[in-house]
Amino acid sequence: MNGSPEVEERLPWSRGGNRGGDDDRFVLFVNKQGQTRLAQYYEHLSLDERRALEGEIVRKCLARTDQQCSFVEHRNYKVVYRRYASLFFLVGVDNDENELAILEFIHLLVETMDRHFGNVCELDIMFHLEKVHFMLEEMVMNGCIVETSKQNILAPIQLMEKSS
Amino acid sequence: MAPAPPATAAGPSLVETLFQRSLDDLVKSLRADPSAAGESAAVARALSEIHREIRAADAATKAVALQKLTYLSSLHFAPVASHPLAFPAIELLASPHLPHKRLAYLAASLSLHPASLSLLPLATHQLHKDLSPSASSAAAHRHVSALALQLLASPAAAAAPDLAIHLAHDLVPHLSRGCPRAIAAASRVIASSPSAAVPVLFKPLAACLASPDPRASTAAAAAFCDLSAPPADAAPFLPLAPDLYNLLTTSRSNWALIKVLKVFARLAPLESRLAARIVDPVCQLLTRSAAMSLTFECIRTVLTALPAHDAAVRLAIGKAKEFLAAEDDPNLRYLGLLALGMIGPAYASTVHDCRDVIAQSLGDADSNIRREALHLMMGMVDENNVMDIAGMLVSHAAKSDPEFANEILGAVLAACGRNVYELVEDFDRYASLLADMARSLHCAQGDEIGRQLVDVALRVHDARPELVRSARTLLIDPALLGNHFLCPVLSAAAWISGEYVQFSKDPVELVEALLQPRTSLLPMSVRAVYIHAVFKIITFCFSMYVERLDNSSEAVDAVFDDLAVDQSVGEERNVAHVSGEEQGIRPISVEKDPVSGEEKGIRTHTVEKDPFSHESILYMINLIQTTLGPLVECNEVEVQERARNLIGFIHLAREIQELKERKVNGDKNSRVKELVVTVRAIFCQELGPVSANAQKNVVPPDGLVLENLAELTNIVSEDDTTPSTSVVFHPRSCHSAEVRDEPAVSIGSSSLSEHRKRHGLFYLPTGKAEDEANDYPHANDPLLPASDETVIDDKFKTIEPVLAGKKIKSTKSRPKVVKLDGEDFLSTMVANASVPKEDPLSGAVRGVLLTRDAKPSSSQNVSVIMSEGMLNKTGTCESSSQWMEKRESDLGGDPTSSSRTNKHRDKEKGTDLPEIDGNESRKHRSSSRSGRRQGKHKHRERSSTQPDIVPQAPVIQDFLL
Repeated sequence: MNGSPEVEERLPWSRGGNRGGDDDRFVLFVNKQGQTRLAQYYEHLSLDERRALEGEIVRKCLARTDQQCSFVEHRNYKVVYRRYASLFFLVGVDNDENELAILEFIHLLVETMDRHFGNVCELDIMFHLEKVHFMLEEMVMNGCIVETSKQNILAPIQLMEKSS
Repeated sequence: MAPAPPATAAGPSLVETLFQRSLDDLVKSLRADPSAAGESAAVARALSEIHREIRAADAATKAVALQKLTYLSSLHFAPVASHPLAFPAIELLASPHLPHKRLAYLAASLSLHPASLSLLPLATHQLHKDLSPSASSAAAHRHVSALALQLLASPAAAAAPDLAIHLAHDLVPHLSRGCPRAIAAASRVIASSPSAAVPVLFKPLAACLASPDPRASTAAAAAFCDLSAPPADAAPFLPLAPDLYNLLTTSRSNWALIKVLKVFARLAPLESRLAARIVDPVCQLLTRSAAMSLTFECIRTVLTALPAHDAAVRLAIGKAKEFLAAEDDPNLRYLGLLALGMIGPAYASTVHDCRDVIAQSLGDADSNIRREALHLMMGMVDENNVMDIAGMLVSHAAKSDPEFANEILGAVLAACGRNVYELVEDFDRYASLLADMARSLHCAQGDEIGRQLVDVALRVHDARPELVRSARTLLIDPALLGNHFLCPVLSAAAWISGEYVQFSKDPVELVEALLQPRTSLLPMSVRAVYIHAVFKIITFCFSMYVERLDNSSEAVDAVFDDLAVDQSVGEERNVAHVSGEEQGIRPISVEKDPVSGEEKGIRTHTVEKDPFSHESILYMINLIQTTLGPLVECNEVEVQERARNLIGFIHLAREIQELKERKVNGDKNSRVKELVVTVRAIFCQELGPVSANAQKNVVPPDGLVLENLAELTNIVSEDDTTPSTSVVFHPRSCHSAEVRDEPAVSIGSSSLSEHRKRHGLFYLPTGKAEDEANDYPHANDPLLPASDETVIDDKFKTIEPVLAGKKIKSTKSRPKVVKLDGEDFLSTMVANASVPKEDPLSGAVRGVLLTRDAKPSSSQNVSVIMSEGMLNKTGTCESSSQWMEKRESDLGGDPTSSSRTNKHRDKEKGTDLPEIDGNESRKHRSSSRSGRRQGKHKHRERSSTQPDIVPQAPVIQDFLL
């Protein structure tokens, strides 16, 4: 259906293969039912890999309680997650990434969405997926977090809304 | 579908534009039927729509279709064929309408499918245009270029290195104005094609570190953190230290500080004075910062990169303990444990102080915390506390959930068994601990426990009595027989109690345990071991009995009379047994005969008193006969053969007894003895572990004719294919047979015949076995118990230095553990395996930094200009000259930095060194042959393998003068 898998394997992936930069690998929003609400990958995974990854991680995270820590080791990365109401926000990072900083990042992202949408909920994300992607793009570049000011993050989106 | 295209291309376009479903409609339709089937139907319908719409000539229609497709492909695993997503995206990149452009860029950066990436070079020109300054307003241009930069920074661009190469020059102006996106894009481009991009982009990127704009400097710190991440070599980034230091002392952004600390953590081990320089600011951050993320990063930096600075380490440990004490935050507790795990060996005592907290964490609700606590516990283990910790952990395993319990048991077994039990001093305790582990509720580590039981028995003579005791407790417990995880353990226990029966207090009880009815639950291979163990035990009892007869020769007559009487009883039983067999069932004669029922009571009574009395032997014989009789017909060859052997032996013993009783007295006495002593002699030979390489070390004695040597080498090489380096117990193991073969060669021809007899008895007489036994000196020749002390000592000198120190300091003398020279070859292999390889990025970075004076080729013009700007800028840096001096003097050879490795060097003397001069060689030494502490040195090892730290001296001048 989507090209031959051999081709995928031969591609010179700078990230997955010969480099292990210490930055985000993916950002996922998943609800309690295990439905993905946003998926932003910073490395290439085939559809099957993604499906397996999201399924496994969500199962692992759903099984955890509040008394357990917010870090889950999964394959070769660490998943830092945080739960807000019915949504799980998951960020996959390399092993030596600062977990607490990622938690702060998740919180910042949620606050930013909250400021933009006003009491953000799952539906906002579903119907304005692009905007969330744009916010994420403003915040994370090349897997590194480059922008942490809510105002700066939202400025281009507001500009775009004004223009259209 | 095939005939449709001409119609769809033009016809429905207007209709579609009017009635096209928007993304909102799509989301609503997906939500309308939340079931999986409904959803996939909606997705399929939407996809077919999109495939039609996306070919529309109208940009708006196309854009909405692309938007929907992006949505579906990112969230619903829609099988997006490559072109529908990639090609329209590239078409729309050129759209003058900003929202369309934006959509197209988003689609392009999200679609990481290789097929769509292969189209990305088509966008090169458009990207170039979007990046270049244009006539449109500054705000709009900034916006457009931001989009293009975003795409360049996305992983999509990294997969298309050509794109990066062509656009590298376009990035430079954006870099020089300190745009964070450009910085991120530059880092991505450099990472994806270092050789082309480094000359152009590296220096502008480095300049951003010193940018007054905090956004730029933060982004640059993140970029360098990314570029210097482990597989790459951090050494080329050393010249950036002054700028990074400025950032460390002045930046107010936690994110930037974390990144800077990460870079310093990689640089500090390369340059000892750097560590001294950053230790103060890091400590200040550690004490001042309220942000836990930054605090943790400081702790990590201090513990991993600044272990030589005592005050800083103590401060960091104090903070880590605060993390541990955070009752309400599992995240902090987990990180606290992680931090403790980073503490170097010099501060091991502080980890020991936290033992209670760690032990408490073993019971935490979170499996991550439990696992980390276990890891720390195992890290604390040394020869003084190993048994206490292991005992505590094993008792903890009983309270844990099955998965974690087995993790604990596995960790304990691995720690204690490491490097041939180097940590274990008290093998008696270890033996009983192994038994406790086997009895632990969720134990699934039977294989390893069984292996270690046998291994310890073979290697440690002094532990055998305790092992036999432990084996007894395992064997007499009928509840263990049903647990299939424990079969290997029971098999090992049975073997031990048979092999070392002389240490057993009550062989009769053992025989009863080995023949208890529930043994039928065991797999056949284990039953075979059980039966063989019974054989060994009964042989031992016979021999003791006969010996006793010898000793009390004056009472021989009286005893013989007794024997005769008892024998008649035994004979009756035998008759009964035969008749029972004829009936096809096995009625136990004791039941039938009221007299023998009484006798049984008496017998068990006397048996308890004396296992070698006539009564107990008879009792055992009868027990064996009733239990093993049916197994003579068993389908499993091993079991059948062993049962037959045993039954045959018993019959033989009986017949001789009969003979003795009815005919010539003196003769039969000696024949009983001969039989018993012969069989016993077979079993009482010492078994030892055999090195895989031992064969080579055996010198054939003079005068030995090796006729069929060629044939034998084939056989031996076949046997050597097993990777194990020691004798591993197995019911059919031919290794263990070989070991016992030894006396045949060395003792003389009479035992040779014994040996043959034994082979005839217990093994299928294959030609191979005969050949080996008769004509070839055996692998473990030097290990014969008679001579093992001396031979082992000089043969295994390689291990001695390691053991010597420990032996001296241990207060209680440790029992000798037999070790073989081949057994550390695995660890040596591990050491050799970590051959570092140069990565293209660091090579390129170093290349550009080193070729400052080299003739600037046309393509490097920009970089030269940039570097001059850079020089002026960094020249003002106040600390630059100090950095320089430091660097220079260190290159002259710094004796202090080598002190840390001295200890290793002593140990490692005499190993071959690669041809590397001065400074570098010491680091290689530590890596070349230290099998035990390998992991901890990895970091240093890796950095040390860049032999060109010396040529880097000009680099500093490049930046700082």
